[in-house]
Amino acid sequence: MSTEKQNEHAAVSAADKQREEALSGLRDLIPLIFPVAAFGTIFGTASIAAGHSIGMTIWASMAMFAGASQFVFLDVYRLGVPAWSVVLAVFAVNFRHILYSAAVANKIGHFPPLAKLASFFLLTDLQFAVVEKRYENFSGRRPITLTYYFAFGIAGYLLWILATAIGALFGSLIEDPALIGLDFILPIYFLTILMGFRARRNFVPVVLVSAVAAVVVEKTLGAPWHISIGALCGIATAVLLSLSGGGKAATAGEGSANG
Amino acid sequence: MADVMAFYGRHEVAILIVILGLVTLATRAGGYLVLARFKRIPAPVQAGLEAVPAAVITTLVLPPALTAGPAEMIAMVVAGFACLRLPPIAVIMLGIGLLVVLRQLGL
Repeated sequence: MSTEKQNEHAAVSAADKQREEALSGLRDLIPLIFPVAAFGTIFGTASIAAGHSIGMTIWASMAMFAGASQFVFLDVYRLGVPAWSVVLAVFAVNFRHILYSAAVANKIGHFPPLAKLASFFLLTDLQFAVVEKRYENFSGRRPITLTYYFAFGIAGYLLWILATAIGALFGSLIEDPALIGLDFILPIYFLTILMGFRARRNFVPVVLVSAVAAVVVEKTLGAPWHISIGALCGIATAVLLSLSGGGKAATAGEGSANG
Repeated sequence: MADVMAFYGRHEVAILIVILGLVTLATRAGGYLVLARFKRIPAPVQAGLEAVPAAVITTLVLPPALTAGPAEMIAMVVAGFACLRLPPIAVIMLGIGLLVVLRQLGL
């Protein structure tokens, strides 16, 4: 009897925990609903303006689910260049996702293989940002659950497709996105995410080096390479600081075994 | 409009989109697949990975802030300081609101 009761209690609290995780995922999407919907709508509008059909526009959002590369697709494709150069441009813009997936690897390592594949499909800038933030908030004591990850990811995916469809359907409604500042939501959003990381070690040197490198590369090689190369310079800075910091620690420890 | 279809047919566009989707998925899984080869992560690699978010996001934020014009730059600087006090959604609304006003003023 008592074991039965205990099992029942365990089942209830497990279900409670699942619901709590799902709600956390949805809650973390709330502040992002407006920017996601705005950019999805703008993509839909821009895609229609570029000559794609409504169906093709929605298909792009379903198959890619990557805001920046979808805009690159529209832009590069419009030039009528060979397909391989469209593929390369999208790869370059998406190169940062290799860095994202390396960074979240240890946080979602416990997902089953198929779920892992699906979670990589959903690994947008925003998904990456909320996973990092949640991990940071709990100082790594609380694992990123499958329920949390997919509650945020699937809701965001559906929102993105819905917004794309609305943008495509009412393509001519937003005549000038710049007039209401819609063209500048993403930089400001990324800025708020960036400032959220300011407590991390090496924050200032990493940001400064990345910023200088990104601006230099954008002026020389041009977009989208400033993203990958700029970021790699900042990451190299953190690695070099870690190497020299490790040396300092060994000196301070005086003869203690190297870590 | 018609010039798009001059280069590609309907089916080719649909297939190109699938390829772009697969390229995106490959980049999103790639870092994990490469990293999974390490059994233990050395300290410098760990430091590098910790720096990834700030480094990448810096490159997304800075060029538009510096190249778009004075209104955008002012809005970004104000939004940056606002981040020290306000939650993200409030910063976004403040930044966009300020930007619209500055643009109306002709900056």
